[in-house]
Amino acid sequence: MKILGRAWCFGDNISTDDIIPGRFFHLRGNIKELARHTFEDLRPDFSKSVRPGDIIVAGENFGIGSSREHAVHVLKVLGISAIIAKSFSRIFFRNAINIGIPAIVANTSGIDEGDKLEINLNKGTVFDITKNLKISFKPIPRFLIDILEAGGLIEYVKKYGPNLVRP
Amino acid sequence: MTLAEKLISQKLSKEVYAGDIVMVPVDWVIAQDGTAPLAIRQFRKLQVNEVFNDQRIIFFIDHAAPSPRRELSNEHILIRRFAKEFGIKIHDVGDGIIHQVFIERYATPGDIVVGADSHTCTAGALCTFAAGFGSTDIAVAMALGYTWLRVPETIEIIIDGLLPEGVYAKDLALAIISKLGPNGASYKALEFKGDVIKALSMDSRFTLTNMAVECGAKTALIEVDDICAEYLTARGRPVKERLKADPDASYESSIYMDASALEPLVAVPHSVHNVKPVTKVQGIEINQAFIGTCTNGRLEDLRVAASILKDKRIKEGVRLLVAPASREVYLNALEEGIIEVIVKAGGVVLPPGCGPCVGVHLGVLGNGEVCISTQNRNFRGRMGNPKSEVYLASPATVAASAIRGEIADPREVK
Repeated sequence: MKILGRAWCFGDNISTDDIIPGRFFHLRGNIKELARHTFEDLRPDFSKSVRPGDIIVAGENFGIGSSREHAVHVLKVLGISAIIAKSFSRIFFRNAINIGIPAIVANTSGIDEGDKLEINLNKGTVFDITKNLKISFKPIPRFLIDILEAGGLIEYVKKYGPNLVRP
Repeated sequence: MTLAEKLISQKLSKEVYAGDIVMVPVDWVIAQDGTAPLAIRQFRKLQVNEVFNDQRIIFFIDHAAPSPRRELSNEHILIRRFAKEFGIKIHDVGDGIIHQVFIERYATPGDIVVGADSHTCTAGALCTFAAGFGSTDIAVAMALGYTWLRVPETIEIIIDGLLPEGVYAKDLALAIISKLGPNGASYKALEFKGDVIKALSMDSRFTLTNMAVECGAKTALIEVDDICAEYLTARGRPVKERLKADPDASYESSIYMDASALEPLVAVPHSVHNVKPVTKVQGIEINQAFIGTCTNGRLEDLRVAASILKDKRIKEGVRLLVAPASREVYLNALEEGIIEVIVKAGGVVLPPGCGPCVGVHLGVLGNGEVCISTQNRNFRGRMGNPKSEVYLASPATVAASAIRGEIADPREVK
């Protein structure tokens, strides 16, 4: 899987409350409407300026806090093609893969806002085209790539049946 | 083997160790009104006609209960209809918070629990392997009856000494989180042990396991002992087997703490690991004080608060909100006279449930307002307004602060 996109940079410890605040709880049944409030408190312009294919780049511990999967669905609806962070909160990482957004653990220190990135999931590389910088990462386990390629866990189960961890 | 390794190995009837990726059958699948509707929608996409076991899936309406908006009322209808269609048990408005009702009525040592809520780890104090997941994992678990897991490494946390006056399990939890940091236990299990843990009531133990996720932990575990067995027996779930970690279990790291050296602590805005002694923040004026949640809404918590509030009035202009964590807690608090003390002191009693913790209803903060709360998170905007501030503390510290109208040291409010 190859992904090409533009970087949006965030810091450490971005919570799912930062991604989609709890005060929009009543919109959870309408993901498109909910998505208009993505990152509203941190980056009020985000949902209007983000373009399909864009990539989220973050520091440590992205997606901490609430298990709300809506935090991934709003990014998906806005067309985010991948999330690269130094580390992820466990639940958010699973949610991202389950919804079909690659969550990549890599050293993001050299990437700046707006940089053009090319990600090769199978090889485990992020290439910062703007900076001519190559960043390697530990490839995602095969069965998680299978989930991503299927389009998420629901599609994966429909395609491969009930055996979640295939050799 | 650690407790986490033992629990998963026992369920699989084969030995597995930290780092192994396994498919594991689940004993319980639980979800609340913020996450169940999405799980239901994802379940529908699977196009299966039945759930794996209608007796082992439970829905709870606690986050927006009763509903403050028609959109949420409609989500509640969706949950109720699905529950009816598949014969699934539902705890509706007024029964209480998912984690509290689950430990009171369902969790049994040895169980594997997947919950669509990050604080599912609370049930680990009953020696269940309980972890939080997103709605899609829950949808798949509802259909298949199992999930995939990476067997976690374990950090053992050994707490010796004696809790000093005015210091409670919440202070201990904040001390541990400030030590580990927001991802110090990411993907790992915590195992709590030591003299202090052995002496803690179940209510206090649940406070510790509840907050494990605030340092990134997948789950948190405490061995079954007499106190735990008694708690379960009283609820008609006698313990059959007491799982113990092996003496030679391999821990990723060990943290030793002397509880005797602790003092009351407060997590200051806007992160849970931003912890300071109450003596450093006392005097900060508050508008609202909240006692409740899956962290500190249990009988013992309300009892401690009432002992401070008895025959006193809260500061004029301050709102004290109290939400019992469940109907059982509420009834017991009524019987003990705790509710009367709270109401006479000027407090407002909210229905059992999450109350204002999630920023949805029942105490949303205004611009520039400050709340001190017994909840587990103080992220910016958590209580419904990014222009407000939330401090986290024990029920004693919150009750003392309500009386003073400013953050106060519970040891000084007598």
